[in-house]
Amino acid sequence: MNQLVYLIPLLPLIGFLINGLLRKSLSKSVIAIIGSGVILASFVISLVLFFQVKSSGGQIINYFNLINLDKLVIPFAFQIDQLSSLFLLIITGIGFLIHLYSAAYMHEETNEHYGRYFAYLNLFVFSMLLLVMGANYVIMFFGWEGVGLCSYLLIGFWFKNDNYNYAAKKAFIMNRIGDLGFLLAVFWMIAKIGTVNYTDVFAATSNFSSADITAITILLFIGAMGKSAQIPLYTWLPDAMAGPTPVSALIHAATMVTAGIYMITRSNILYSLSEVTQHLVAIVGLATALFAATIAIKQNDIKKVLAYSTVSQLGYMFLGLGVGAYTGAVFHVMTHAFFKALLFLGAGSVIHAMHHEQDMRKMGGLKKYLPITHITFLVGCIAISGIPPFSGFFSKDEILAAAYAKNPIYWGIGVATAALTAFYMFRLYATTFLGNFRGSHEQAHHLHESPSAMTIPLIVLAALSVVGGFFNVPEVLGGHSSLHQFLSPAITSEVVHEASHSTEYMLMGISVAVAVIAIVIAINKFSKKPELQDAQGFAKVLENKWYVDELYDNIIVKPLNSLGSFFKNIIERRGIDGMVNGVGKLVNYSARQLRLLQSGLVGGYILFMVLAIIVLIYVWINDNHILSFFYKYF
Amino acid sequence: MVPVWLILIPLLTGLVSFGLQNAKAVKAWALFSTIISTTLIIAGIYFLNPSSLQFNATWLKLLGSNFSFKLDGMSKMLCLLTAASFLIIFIAINKNEYKNSKSFYALMLLMQAGFMGVFTATDALLFYFFWELALIPAYFLCSMWGGEKRIQVTFKFFVYTFAGSLIMLCGIIYLYFQTPNQTFSLESFYNLHLSNKQQYILFWLFFIAFAIKMPMFPFHTWQPDTYEQSSTGVTMALSGVMAKMGIFAVIRWVVPIFPEAVNHFSNIVIILSIIGIVYASLIAIRQDDIKRLIAYSSIAHISLMCAAIFSQNNTAMQGVLIQMFNHGIVVIGLWIVADAVEQQVGTRKLSELGGLAQKAPALAIFIVVLAFANVALPLASSFIGEFLMLSGLFQYNIIMAAIAGTTIILSSIYTLNMVQKIFYGNTVTLTEKAVDISGNIKIALTILVIIIIVLGVYPQPMFNLVK
Repeated sequence: MNQLVYLIPLLPLIGFLINGLLRKSLSKSVIAIIGSGVILASFVISLVLFFQVKSSGGQIINYFNLINLDKLVIPFAFQIDQLSSLFLLIITGIGFLIHLYSAAYMHEETNEHYGRYFAYLNLFVFSMLLLVMGANYVIMFFGWEGVGLCSYLLIGFWFKNDNYNYAAKKAFIMNRIGDLGFLLAVFWMIAKIGTVNYTDVFAATSNFSSADITAITILLFIGAMGKSAQIPLYTWLPDAMAGPTPVSALIHAATMVTAGIYMITRSNILYSLSEVTQHLVAIVGLATALFAATIAIKQNDIKKVLAYSTVSQLGYMFLGLGVGAYTGAVFHVMTHAFFKALLFLGAGSVIHAMHHEQDMRKMGGLKKYLPITHITFLVGCIAISGIPPFSGFFSKDEILAAAYAKNPIYWGIGVATAALTAFYMFRLYATTFLGNFRGSHEQAHHLHESPSAMTIPLIVLAALSVVGGFFNVPEVLGGHSSLHQFLSPAITSEVVHEASHSTEYMLMGISVAVAVIAIVIAINKFSKKPELQDAQGFAKVLENKWYVDELYDNIIVKPLNSLGSFFKNIIERRGIDGMVNGVGKLVNYSARQLRLLQSGLVGGYILFMVLAIIVLIYVWINDNHILSFFYKYF
Repeated sequence: MVPVWLILIPLLTGLVSFGLQNAKAVKAWALFSTIISTTLIIAGIYFLNPSSLQFNATWLKLLGSNFSFKLDGMSKMLCLLTAASFLIIFIAINKNEYKNSKSFYALMLLMQAGFMGVFTATDALLFYFFWELALIPAYFLCSMWGGEKRIQVTFKFFVYTFAGSLIMLCGIIYLYFQTPNQTFSLESFYNLHLSNKQQYILFWLFFIAFAIKMPMFPFHTWQPDTYEQSSTGVTMALSGVMAKMGIFAVIRWVVPIFPEAVNHFSNIVIILSIIGIVYASLIAIRQDDIKRLIAYSSIAHISLMCAAIFSQNNTAMQGVLIQMFNHGIVVIGLWIVADAVEQQVGTRKLSELGGLAQKAPALAIFIVVLAFANVALPLASSFIGEFLMLSGLFQYNIIMAAIAGTTIILSSIYTLNMVQKIFYGNTVTLTEKAVDISGNIKIALTILVIIIIVLGVYPQPMFNLVK
């Protein structure tokens, strides 16, 4: 099996090359078969690998040396262990479903763009696989940047629309701010211990000072803030919804944005050594979770609600990481991948039926037109709201329980966020699927359920959203915490919290109760009277996302642009180049003056000659003095 | 004999070109010449006897200057870059028409001969000779072909770099008198025991000349004007190869001869370089002209190399060595794209462009790859170089590395801005009639893209070469 590991990323890469290079000559069905087929093949290999890891543990496979210098060796190597094999399954499994869905969703595109789409999507899966398979931080960074590139290409997929292009650019640049943090962390490791391999770094933690560890973990976390859309680097993700909806499902919900969680979980040994960073991670995560949830309440674009919901759920995962519940965070990555991919694809199905309308205010009553989409979407909403026994309940509960053990305030804010989540999700559900249809007659006439290539992924993901939680049923509910046991070799720094069963029951009871209340309020409020007017007062602030984009524009983008213009027009032109030209003019001027010396009078020339000789002799004798003179003044 | 032939081939074929009448024949002849040079340097690297990589003959015996050349690791790499760059340039500009094309190609080849001499000479006087020899054809190339303001711009370029060279000449002559038996050989310069005071002064005599050539902030103002006004084929050679002369010369001449001074002034030079990175990047963000944008981007990238040299750290130095090659390859690619756009649409103003991807999809794919190479994305060769340079700089000073590291953010701003403004969005009147690039440009860009990706995934051959 080991010999086949390289095929997992290689197959999507081959798919990318075939679809990319031959996209004009291949038919759409061939493109779709190649594009989805390679991912399915990777999934099958990943599955075999997963069971192999489960039975006989992980391993590291070295291929060649990427960089081989005297003091620095960075191998191109893969680490297949419990953590990466789990992510492989999520990426290739959900990746395959979304490829399948895309085959139908993107069918209106011309051959060339259809091929381009699948090529990008394959390249994305390749990069994402590289990210989780790499055995050191540099290979991870290769994948890290690769997914950023694909995200850029896919957000701007419809490149005729300049708003989409701006969104794509914004995503890439904001990610790069985080990437600088990541790189500096890698440099720090190289400077201190001369290696970036996970196993070596984690074995050498004693060679780091505690300040080193805090710095490295914070810098890595800055990288995670960019990729996983946390405060203050989250504003690109909602804009990234400009891309095709399956892309939002795969990249901007299920996989890429969870890279930061993967990275921190991978580095759990480092993070558990820095109390400061752990607090920072928990607080940033919690703040993001709450902040994004408040924005989601007042969004009217169906994808924007889901986008802020994703930001908020990612915040939850970071809360989990911050309180040491690494397995809980990974568990939430998994269940979130199921239900958020489901919700996005469901939204895609709605948008498809509505002919690219994304404004919920023009929907309503879609329940009877899109039965499969409706049921599966409802499953997704229940799952994300944390209602047992759906998957979201278990993963969210695990994070909340760990948060409570660390600090009850964390738990309180977490539960409040959970209530908001249930509220905005059912606001979305009620506005879209319940009540009466509010679109045009034209749209009403064309409303139809999506083709089976789109509904099958919905059904599969809905099933996973229902049962996904059973992979890790906590002991208090009679389970075995199977995921904990499976991941324990890769996650050695898990914080085990002890709480009495009665406390745990109480915590669960409260979080479920507030979610149910929020759901009931939302359905009652929005199924009959959806919010159709423009928001007023404070709601307007939320609708406008707390004006954070405007704030960034004014405190960062505009000053930077002005500084650039100032450099360009004043310093460069008048200052530096002006000085250079000034020297030129001075030479010209002095030449004109010196010309006067060439008077043609022999006496004058002889005078200069004598003077020159005297200077020369002086220099000859005193060269040391002159040297020291220069030395003194330069 | 290999280094001598590397100089003689372009020199002789260049002189012959002056005599050719037919424009097509000149193009084929120049292409032929660079193919021979490229083959020769590749053979020299991999197949020929190492003893053939040196050459020594008496030249100006009275002055103690010898006709001596040597191809060591860095020289091999730079000669390969020179030969390959000219080959790619000649392929890319094959369809362009130049008035008096025989002189154009002849001068290009003479300039190539000058570059080869600079990269291989192991005698200071010889080095200086080729240093100036490269400048003279460059002067004519810039002043005879190009934009409207080319005469005055080229004059500044010439005087500025020439002034720098003269200062260096003073330094060379001083060192000559310091050698025990009055010689110009590099070896004897290396063996000099200069006092700190001497080093501190001589350092600047040499370094300013090289800093102007690179160019480094604040000696850079000739560069955007010259790159903008020159014919793009010439710009490719200037930024792809000539800019490396400055970096090369610092590594070959300044670092080993004035180690104390390098140590002493490293802070100043690194700070200036880092200012250069941020300053040039911010200006690039505000540029509307494609060529000026690439010019400032180039200043930022070269500045990083300069900072890395002075961090005096092996990791950074390895990064600089391979980055000289990588930067040359990427920047030539960018110029080819800029030229193709200008030829197609007739303007270089970003504000007047848009939607070209719909009309020229192949060109759009190439620019995306080159753009991401320019921002040093992994899988592109430039990532390896920038990674090592920043990593080395980090070991010198964390804050400086962090500020220099903003290049990865700023470069993505101006590069993606350029891609978006030219290629995305809806077509405008000017781009409406554009067609995709012709075969020769596709070939040139394909070669570049393959080099970029292969060396990005497997850079070891480059490390072995410069060892």
